[in-house]
Amino acid sequence: MKNLNEIRAKYKQQYQEKIARPRIVVGLGTCGIAAGGDKVMQAIKGQVAARGLDVDVDFSSCIGMCYREPMVEIALAGAPSVLYGDIFADKVEKLLESHIVNKTPVYEWAAFQIPGSATPYEGIDIMDQASYYSKQVRSVTSRLGRTNPESIVDYMATGGYEGIEKALGMDRLAVIEEVKKSGLRGRGGGGFPTGTKWSFVYGAQGDKKYAVCNADEGDPGAFMDRSILEGDPHAVLEGMMIGGYAIGADEGYIYCRAEYPLAIKRLNMAIAQAEEHGILGDNILDSGFSFRIKIKAGAGAFVCGEETALLNSIEGLRGMPRVRPPFPAHKGLFGKPTVLNNVETYANVPFIIRNGGDWYAAMGTEKSKGSKVFCLTGKVNNTGLMEVPMGITLRDIIFTIGGGIQDNKAFKAVQSGGPSGGCIPTAHLDTPIDYDSLGALGAIMGSGGLVVMDETTCMVDVAKFFLNFTQLESCGKCTPCREGTKRMLEILQRICDGKGEMEDIDTLDRLCRVIKSSALCGLGQTCPNPIATTLRYFKDEYVAHIKDKRCPAGVCAALLQYTILADKCTGCGACLRACPAGAISGEKKEPHKIDIETCIKCGGCIQKCKFDAIVKA
Amino acid sequence: MASCTCGETADQTKEAAMQKVFDQYRDYKGGLIPVLQEAQNIYGYLPKDVLQQIAKELRIPFSKVFGVCTFYAQFHLKPRGRNIIRICLGTACHVRGGSKIFEAAQEALGVGQGGTTDDLKFTLETVACIGACGLSPCMMINDDTHGRLVPKQVAGIFESYE
Repeated sequence: MKNLNEIRAKYKQQYQEKIARPRIVVGLGTCGIAAGGDKVMQAIKGQVAARGLDVDVDFSSCIGMCYREPMVEIALAGAPSVLYGDIFADKVEKLLESHIVNKTPVYEWAAFQIPGSATPYEGIDIMDQASYYSKQVRSVTSRLGRTNPESIVDYMATGGYEGIEKALGMDRLAVIEEVKKSGLRGRGGGGFPTGTKWSFVYGAQGDKKYAVCNADEGDPGAFMDRSILEGDPHAVLEGMMIGGYAIGADEGYIYCRAEYPLAIKRLNMAIAQAEEHGILGDNILDSGFSFRIKIKAGAGAFVCGEETALLNSIEGLRGMPRVRPPFPAHKGLFGKPTVLNNVETYANVPFIIRNGGDWYAAMGTEKSKGSKVFCLTGKVNNTGLMEVPMGITLRDIIFTIGGGIQDNKAFKAVQSGGPSGGCIPTAHLDTPIDYDSLGALGAIMGSGGLVVMDETTCMVDVAKFFLNFTQLESCGKCTPCREGTKRMLEILQRICDGKGEMEDIDTLDRLCRVIKSSALCGLGQTCPNPIATTLRYFKDEYVAHIKDKRCPAGVCAALLQYTILADKCTGCGACLRACPAGAISGEKKEPHKIDIETCIKCGGCIQKCKFDAIVKA
Repeated sequence: MASCTCGETADQTKEAAMQKVFDQYRDYKGGLIPVLQEAQNIYGYLPKDVLQQIAKELRIPFSKVFGVCTFYAQFHLKPRGRNIIRICLGTACHVRGGSKIFEAAQEALGVGQGGTTDDLKFTLETVACIGACGLSPCMMINDDTHGRLVPKQVAGIFESYE
């Protein structure tokens, strides 16, 4: 068998030369670009050319600090790398003037530094000690924001394709054994042990087998798979190749949602580079193992994240789930044995093969090993992507890494696992999180989206929001999901409109149980979770909506009343002019009044009032 | 008498492009969805006669072709605007005021959900999540993502599109 030693040594040399040079790196993941990263890139290139600076300009992907995007890294030879946050195009000139020309970092803009072997700058947080990163581990996300995702040089210089090289020298069963030993469980949400799944497909009879990657990340509030695909596409390919080798497949499909154009572009580039290097294709490294990967772009259907629906979609059919058994391990894509894993699961595999299963199993809890990537969003100060060891508490994630709740409001709940997950209240913030503990709370790990809600979020409204989503996305194949989601949504709408009855709570509770036990696929079985958990932890809010016709969080429009506080109103007339319904009356310089009957509760008056004289309750 | 033929040339270019797509996918397993995606790229939407042609070329019953294109949210049977605006109403955007952005967009364009402006410049859609939750509320116009929006910004962003 051939090896990659020569080319790897060459690339390592190239990479070392690259990072030894003074350089500016702009984070260009979808989030960085959305925040204005490409304009910053242009501005930097313009400045560098105009001033004739001796510095390289490069790009990377998302390092995880979404709340500080666009981010720019500057590294001078022999000095620490400094990562700056909130760098918009207008800041570029000063930044380059100070850091590149005068060799002094702009301290007030710096987010953190990575000193490497250099002496750290004083007054800038060191990455490992910064509150955002101190509780994190960076293994599967180690390349994110640190290497150029479109460069196979960067990938191979940082250990890339060592995993497949090692795996090809191993017995196929030994590869599966190593994955089993690592304790890796499916990162898409189900949490099924990956090694066990692989051994099923290994043992299945078939003249052809497939390895499929589920990159149809559809949960609202989840973007870890996008970040990995955009930041380390080669790792996903390598993981799939190792999986394909272990189970005996020669073809792989990546089913990526069409909403991720940049991920698809970078995957295509990575595939082309790997094929060029003979790492992907026929008779890889003269080992006798052949593997090809195709990308299938989704066409916009949430249910296609469900494994059997996804297979139907690859086959060109309507993306509706199949009845199991037979399971995909025996009869999957085109009727052949198929292994299906999600992006993060595959991306973990090269690290496990390279460092050994025991290395991975050393992290995490008894039953959930390793690390997990989460996306923290919602009403929290530091939104972003993070990789944490299993067993960390939600409090650490939300208050240490996330920096607490926006505007110093009170925490109410965190929603874990998207539309299939549940809302976890304050009382359970100290639960160490893993697959099993979240399940016990009525939520699920899901793919790793965590949406934080504060006191101004209405839990009935949140449940309604998720139900609205699952109801729209229900494929309609099985009755419990098709009819059940519709009926539950109607009841929730009724409660939010102030027309609910106390027996609605029992009806919801019963529907939740029936749908959970009778729906055909994961979408239906888990869609009652948001209702079940809000009923369990926030029943008082439901009761307030039904009995007192009151929305405690002040969200449900039909239950709100707007009133003007006479002692604060100066009679300026701003609200009167803003009211589209003509519901506000009053003389100039006299306190105004809102006619409740005419008010359409649009909230326009509150936005116009400069004296905080209008309240809704 | 000279007559204008530019319409015909455009049609011929599209037909030739479709022919290429058929050649590429005729023997490709599960080719229907990629063919529909390519057809929509070429025509901007999926006209009935194109769907009939696809059914014939791929030897799939027309009913199945129709079934697939009505199942997926991204296939459209009516003409669409040159620029597709997708306002995100996912969880993170929802709690940070995504619906206010959607209202502002409706007001700026004068069309509702799924609507296309009369000049075929914009089609307004909502999407359940575009994965830029860290920058919520956000929207996508074509392949560009715009984040950290406030309602009054929206009309100005639309103006930068042709």
